[in-house]
Amino acid sequence: MYSQGLIGADGRTAEDQDFLNRFQARIDDEQKIEPNDPMPEGYRRTLVRQIGQHAHSEIVGMLPEGNWITRAPSLRRKASLLAKVQDEGGHGLYLYSAAETLGVSREQMTEELLTGKAKYSSIFNYPTLSWADIGTIGWLVDGAAIMNQIPLCRCSYGPYARAMIRICKEESFHQRQGYEIVMKLAQGSPEQKAMAQESLDRFWQPVLMMFGPPDSESQNTDQSTRWKIKRFTNDELRQKFVDATVPQAEFLGLTIPDPDLKWNEDKQGFDFGPIDWDEFWRVVKGKGPMNRQRVEARQKAWDDGAWVREAALAHAEKRRAMAAE
Amino acid sequence: MSDANSELTPLWEVFIRPRTGLAHSHVGSVHAADEVMALQAARDVYTRRGEGVSIWVVPSASITASDPAQRDENFEPAASKIYRHPSFYDIPDDVGHM
Repeated sequence: MYSQGLIGADGRTAEDQDFLNRFQARIDDEQKIEPNDPMPEGYRRTLVRQIGQHAHSEIVGMLPEGNWITRAPSLRRKASLLAKVQDEGGHGLYLYSAAETLGVSREQMTEELLTGKAKYSSIFNYPTLSWADIGTIGWLVDGAAIMNQIPLCRCSYGPYARAMIRICKEESFHQRQGYEIVMKLAQGSPEQKAMAQESLDRFWQPVLMMFGPPDSESQNTDQSTRWKIKRFTNDELRQKFVDATVPQAEFLGLTIPDPDLKWNEDKQGFDFGPIDWDEFWRVVKGKGPMNRQRVEARQKAWDDGAWVREAALAHAEKRRAMAAE
Repeated sequence: MSDANSELTPLWEVFIRPRTGLAHSHVGSVHAADEVMALQAARDVYTRRGEGVSIWVVPSASITASDPAQRDENFEPAASKIYRHPSFYDIPDDVGHM
């Protein structure tokens, strides 16, 4: 999702300078670009890549949480989790429909996900081993998502910006329900608190990776920033996230697993330790703990749903024929 | 994709009336085989939090849109006709609210 959505994006574009200047002038004037407006091919391709990968992240993101629906500890938790997972599905659909306005089909995007040509956020390639992970995902993964997505509400492409506004409104519930789960555990028995801490320990680094590679390695930032697809750099967003999250962890009495984490008075933010970018690239390239299972699950859903899609179309066709008689 | 049929799953534009007294407005689109399923999908995707009291679905292919390239010739003429607005006319304050 989000900042990682630009991984593999190709902003090269072949239009003449006059056309590019006129387009850039519209962007600089904060005008939104709408589906049938003239746009550079590189802009269109970058957005198809980013929105498509964002949509895939929402859809694949249903899997780690879906894993716990039947084992939620109470009816209240189960109802919330069902609603959250359903929201993620909805978010995927808003985003697919935004991407489709750029002339890419749903089938094409699905195929790219299933063949591995398109990526989804690296975070969903980690397993959900305990109930605490459901809390951690809501608190941190959705928290990181919100940090990334709020600037996208002002993205220059109208349909994407509008989809993001809807998504951000709904995402706030996700983060709060997650924090509540972690809080209950952190304030519970020593075993429960240990479960919350263990989950935080496993997820902290992968969550920081959600913001994408460091600015020094991120080639797509410049062009995407000029086109106002992206409004903040990966490192800026990561810093904002750390600064917002540390006090939340302190409130819970949990320890962020980073010995280098400390307040820096000069920058009015936290310094934090190095991130294992080798692990990040391994996971992005398919070698994370759950990559294979995630794509297999999506492939199975696609294959198992084939008869439903075919039957629905056949039924619609039959009804049309009967109405025509 | 093995499933060639799915290429044909039509696209529908979704319009929602937030509450009575307001017009339906466009919220997005869904794919569905027919209008019944399009309405169901639109309800599930776009009204999970009381966003509306009524839904329209329209086959996307049925919409005729103006050409963005003709935006200026279509809409620019209105910009210069400021005499169409009440503030164009000078009425002394003494006349009172008009």
